[in-house]
Amino acid sequence: MASTVVGATPEHHTGGEDPNRRDFIHIAATVAALGAVGGLAWPFIDQMNPAADTLALASVEFDLSKVELGQQVVIKWRGKPLFIRHRTGKEIASAIKDNHADLRDPQTDEERHKAGKAEWLVLIGTCTHLGCVPTFGGGDYGGWFCPCHGSHYDTSGRIRKGPAPKNLAVPDYTFLSDSKVKVG
Amino acid sequence: MSGHSNYEPKSGFEKWLDVRLPIIRLGYDSIVDFPTPKNLNYWYTFGGILAVCLGIQIVTGIILAMHYVAHVDMAFASVEHIMRDVNYGWLVRYMHANGASMFFLAVYVHMFRGLYYGSYKAPREVLWLLGCVIYMLMIITAFMGYVLPWGQMSFHGAVVITNLIGAIPVIGPAITTWLWGGFAVDDPTLNRFFSLHYLLPFMIAGVVGLHIWALHVPGNNNPTGVNVKSKEDTVPFHPYYTVKDGFAISVFLLMYAAFVFFNPNALGDAVNYVPANPLVTPAHIVPEWYLLPFYAILRAVPDKLMGVVFMGGAIAMLFLLPWLDTSKVRSMRYRPTAKLYFFIFVIVTMILGYCGGQLPDNKIIPGLTTFQVAASDLNSVVWLSRLATAYYFAYFLIILPVLGLTETPLPQPESISEPVLSHPANAPAGAAASPEKRG
Repeated sequence: MASTVVGATPEHHTGGEDPNRRDFIHIAATVAALGAVGGLAWPFIDQMNPAADTLALASVEFDLSKVELGQQVVIKWRGKPLFIRHRTGKEIASAIKDNHADLRDPQTDEERHKAGKAEWLVLIGTCTHLGCVPTFGGGDYGGWFCPCHGSHYDTSGRIRKGPAPKNLAVPDYTFLSDSKVKVG
Repeated sequence: MSGHSNYEPKSGFEKWLDVRLPIIRLGYDSIVDFPTPKNLNYWYTFGGILAVCLGIQIVTGIILAMHYVAHVDMAFASVEHIMRDVNYGWLVRYMHANGASMFFLAVYVHMFRGLYYGSYKAPREVLWLLGCVIYMLMIITAFMGYVLPWGQMSFHGAVVITNLIGAIPVIGPAITTWLWGGFAVDDPTLNRFFSLHYLLPFMIAGVVGLHIWALHVPGNNNPTGVNVKSKEDTVPFHPYYTVKDGFAISVFLLMYAAFVFFNPNALGDAVNYVPANPLVTPAHIVPEWYLLPFYAILRAVPDKLMGVVFMGGAIAMLFLLPWLDTSKVRSMRYRPTAKLYFFIFVIVTMILGYCGGQLPDNKIIPGLTTFQVAASDLNSVVWLSRLATAYYFAYFLIILPVLGLTETPLPQPESISEPVLSHPANAPAGAAASPEKRG
């Protein structure tokens, strides 16, 4: 300590206020105390973030052969519903037809499924408005309809009508084989 | 909190608030302007240290409760989940577990300080009694907290301690069943212990508020035990004791951190890392270190009911102390005989702590067999516990009441300032004078 204080004291004796060692100690002690409290605050905040076991459970595999044509299966992924929809040719055609309609969140149907896998739509099943689960096959566009505040999604999961701002989100997923996907 | 206030609200907001809720005035009078004897030594910093301990336990405890599951099938696993998976969970749990030990360490120093300087004597009896209430709440809280990890020591400790209540004649077994919520320590017991373990610290905080209130009415005792006579004898709490307490708290936290970061399990029992098994009791069942003296007293008495009575009596002595000590002299600085007995008392409590951690039939001096008297082996832990227990009670029931009437105390100073000003080190060398004026 002595060595740190030396520089702070004698040089500044040229009249007026004496920036004395007491001020230096006050400031140093206050800064040290605030640093300690701040250092401790981070663990106390970070403990509420997802724990290691929660993060470790973040991907799920699914066997597509369970889903008949025209059906949708809902599974849970990261605590949320995941829509896996086996689209009919008519539904795909209607989605492509609307690629250039007046879309709130413009996306083509190709951007919403894996290449060559147009029959498979994998979407996060929470409405982009306030998180309710839209019902399958409802609404004016034959996709989904959210019962909470009346958002209509088309057969590509794009928002068409109602308060939701975005299309139903497409999660990161890959085809492990023709009949198996891994989400997350 | 009481009496004259020197607070003068400065800003418009302070003036506005002061006539509606004088909370700034309360804080100013309690921790800024409060006149405090100028001779308080470092033993007097443990009150502040204890407040910090309580704060740390509450904050870390609330965090642990966010991740802990109070269910017999999941409690142990949830604690391991905290240790392994939760971000910084290991830190929070080690802070909480070692924090309990630090809390008791500080409270014992605080209590011995009060015993030595006579801080329980008039007009501070209520202050002392509130402290005893806090101590009892601390014991109950610590015990219940220790049950929550649902390890072997948790479970069987809970079994042993709840069975103590069964020693009460007639109604004991019914009370035990009521406490358990079943026929043994089980899921209902764990759930209610968790609930109460969360509740009691806030009750402690409430009683701490009363404790500080009761402190601020008569004001602090001091190492001379002599009453404050004039303004000369006091300094304002801030900055003199905020800084002194702050320094002591920092040093205490260093020691605490050394445990948390370098030896977090030193004060715990390894057996508690074995999940609870109601079918097998560990070979050597002991409480945490801070309860060992009472455990030794319990085992020193060869009768179930009387063991419990003596153990409870050991704490009851503290409650009765203000009326057992007959001496008018507060500080043992001026009571040379009482001082001697006091230091023996301190050593005896440590001997009891040692005995509480040993098996009752362990030998004090290994290999020595010549201390057999009739059927008793005086070289055993249980006999040492008995001697120490006898001294413990004699200190309160015989030594302090009799000594106050028979001893001749040393002359006490006229005032707090007098011994300081007459001390040879204060000859006018000028070095120590007006330190606040030095650059």
